[in-house]
Amino acid sequence: MIRLERRPAPSRFWTAATPVLAVLLTMLAGGLMFALLGKDPVAAIRIIFWDPLFNPQFASYSRPQLLVKAGPLILIAVGLSFGFRANIWNIGAEGQYIIGALCGAGVALAFYPLEAWFIFPLMVLAGALGGWAWAMIPAILKTRFNTNEILVSLLLVYVAERLLAALAMGRMRNPEGGGFPGSRNIANYPSASNTELIANTGMHWGVVTAFIAVIFGYILLHRHILGYHVQLAGQAPRAARFAGVNPDRLVMFCLGLAGLLAGLAGMFEVAGPAGRINIDFGSGYGFTAIIVAFLGRLHPIGILLAGLLLGLTYIGGELAQMMLGLPSAAIQAFQGMLLFFLLALDMLSNYRIRLKPREVA
Amino acid sequence: MSDTTEALLRVEGITRAYPGVIANDDISFAIRPGEVHALLGENGAGKSTLVKIIYGLVRPDAGQMWFQGAPFHPADPSAARAAGVGMVFQHFSLFDALDVAENVALGMENAPPQRQLARSIREISQAYGLPLDPSRLVGELSAGERQRVEIVRCLLQNPKLLIMDEPTSVLTPQEVEILFRTLRKLAAEGTAILYISHKLEEIRALCEAATILRDGRVVDTCNPREKTARELAEMMVGGTLQQPARAKAPPGETVLELDIRTLPPALAFGTTLRDLSLSVRAGEILGIGGVAGNGQDELLAVLSGETRLPAQALKLSGIGIGRLGAERRRALGLLSAPEERLGHAAAPDMSLTENALLTGASRERLVSSGFIRWGRARAFARRIIQEFDVRTPGPATPARALSGGNLQKFVIGREVLQRPDVLVVNQPTWGVDAKAAAAIRQALMDLAAQGAAVVVISQDLDELMEIADRFAALNAGRLSPPRDMRELSLEAIGLMLGGAHDMEVAADDAVERTGEVISELVQPGAANEEPRP
Repeated sequence: MIRLERRPAPSRFWTAATPVLAVLLTMLAGGLMFALLGKDPVAAIRIIFWDPLFNPQFASYSRPQLLVKAGPLILIAVGLSFGFRANIWNIGAEGQYIIGALCGAGVALAFYPLEAWFIFPLMVLAGALGGWAWAMIPAILKTRFNTNEILVSLLLVYVAERLLAALAMGRMRNPEGGGFPGSRNIANYPSASNTELIANTGMHWGVVTAFIAVIFGYILLHRHILGYHVQLAGQAPRAARFAGVNPDRLVMFCLGLAGLLAGLAGMFEVAGPAGRINIDFGSGYGFTAIIVAFLGRLHPIGILLAGLLLGLTYIGGELAQMMLGLPSAAIQAFQGMLLFFLLALDMLSNYRIRLKPREVA
Repeated sequence: MSDTTEALLRVEGITRAYPGVIANDDISFAIRPGEVHALLGENGAGKSTLVKIIYGLVRPDAGQMWFQGAPFHPADPSAARAAGVGMVFQHFSLFDALDVAENVALGMENAPPQRQLARSIREISQAYGLPLDPSRLVGELSAGERQRVEIVRCLLQNPKLLIMDEPTSVLTPQEVEILFRTLRKLAAEGTAILYISHKLEEIRALCEAATILRDGRVVDTCNPREKTARELAEMMVGGTLQQPARAKAPPGETVLELDIRTLPPALAFGTTLRDLSLSVRAGEILGIGGVAGNGQDELLAVLSGETRLPAQALKLSGIGIGRLGAERRRALGLLSAPEERLGHAAAPDMSLTENALLTGASRERLVSSGFIRWGRARAFARRIIQEFDVRTPGPATPARALSGGNLQKFVIGREVLQRPDVLVVNQPTWGVDAKAAAAIRQALMDLAAQGAAVVVISQDLDELMEIADRFAALNAGRLSPPRDMRELSLEAIGLMLGGAHDMEVAADDAVERTGEVISELVQPGAANEEPRP
């Protein structure tokens, strides 16, 4: 019989090896799924992981897209990782992302067509505040009324999506858009545009912010007492109380930080790559960022790498849809497999598998 | 006893290895019918593994057993029970929401109908001086009564061998006395009893033979009645024991005062603290005795700052600090160490360095303007490891990799080295081997001698008699007025702890002296203060 035996200390080897193994297993299982869909699995995997970066035909377009996709994923995931470490489960980053975008776009549209230096900084502030405020709803409900933050934050995503649809077709609709839903193009409004900073790299202010968040996240986690308290609260809640950590304040901090970064990500997205508020603005970054956070082992550097990898599956997935006619749901299933394998393999770092005769313990 | 033909149970060459440790190494011994046989040894000596093998919970890697002359290799506990082996565990396996009869039925192979079972429970419990009402909910019973449920459950199966694992750790001295009468009666009827304990005086009072284990081997056998407790302890440890000694300092000013009217528990099934007041002076050790679950955890939380109070309910050197949280209280000099080492006093998966930071952050200046000074934290952890002789590869080891005794030395050391003005500890030597326990007691006494006020909450009365200056009993959330430890006998302490709870109705033949004492002294007062709702 197979038995799991708890290791005295987590294995460093497996902690590092599981993400790699999870990616390999995802390729295998994903390949199998593609084969069942009647596509060539080897070609599909190559198109997803290799062609966007190295195929001369596509790379010039795809390569900059990598940072464009990875930027918001990393930014959101860094925020989420602190909550996840403290066992505070914010599943609603997608909603905070949408509200951040709405607030940022709202500022831009309010000033249109005025050209002034302060508009973009004001949008950044509004985006951050919007995401933060949206995340404060589950935080306050949890600390005041002990509601479940998983449910509240998740359900608020749907509220945010309704709000987005209503505004895209109502108050924010482009008056010169001929009745089509969607706002003015903010990316074409110079004072509000989140421009590409270095041509053909995909580098915009959101990506810069994501890198800064990674560095700050690292310092906070490893050098600051707040990061220590977050880890303590997650691993041993009673010990955290004993150490003097106020659990309510921690909930406020973790949810607030995640909402703030998700709001920023949404704001940078609407002012740059997306360009406008529209009903299809919510693209699932907030949910994919959960995968990124776990794939990166809730560690800022890991999240950086995982964000790039997931960004790659987005671009490669689009390419595979185009080239092989793979359904987009197949790509989402592929991303889901990654999280599944990662969590399943996670136990290897804390347990070892033993083959042993049955025994009553 | 060496005459194996009449042995009830004979064990020969039992060996059982776990990864990295040999729990039982070639163990042999025998028990005659009617013998009360002690299994002695420190934590980790292999006692539990050995009895689990006899009870069919663990299979040996090698070795033979004979029961009543026939080879005996139980595949599981029900096979052992069928053969006539019963076991009462240290931790009870009872369901609070079920009544006594239902709980007993759950542990039986073919339970008879409830009415018949209730009658047998009454008969058996009366016959052995362990009165039990089969229709009462287990959740309403005291620890002593819960243990009776477990014993009666065993006795209903007519065991020929009864194994008892640390049965007295949750009992008051009076309850212990009643238990011993029962066990002696059983032995007189021919039931053999295998008795595991590390309380040496009890073993001397009860047992006629002892097998002593150390590091998984049988190191000695003896008749405990012919040895002193000290000799037994040294056989267990395998060396001479350092008796804690103390330089007496004259008690100083009152530093800590607590005064609570009523404080409902923060958690479900917690204890409400009522009319609880205490004060401690610099340089003295206040011992707070009582069976666990009578408000010990709640009292520690009140003092550590995990539970907040009105400001004036808790005063440190005259200043009301009730409202302050744990970290602020530490900064002012009030430190504490909870009972549960893993998960409360220390984070299991964190390194010793990180655990040193847990309470040492402000007093040891391990954090400056929010940033952690890891170098200082590591040095602090190293200092604890060195000065308190914590056996570990180094400060990077996770806390859960340490043995109970070593982790406890680390936890106590972490607080003592911060030079507290007041230190509150809950069960400081619970589940800790004798050497580590002696070192911890010594550290607490040294701390008091240096002028700190120390509050020791403990179930271990021997420990409190050894180190405390004053003694107060915590019972059902109330604290008795403290009394000078020197004027108290063990008997008087037992009565302060609530005597034998409701055991005074025990069958006449089973209870003589204790019963009289209790019915005279306890009943009038204690009857009004029914300890459990």
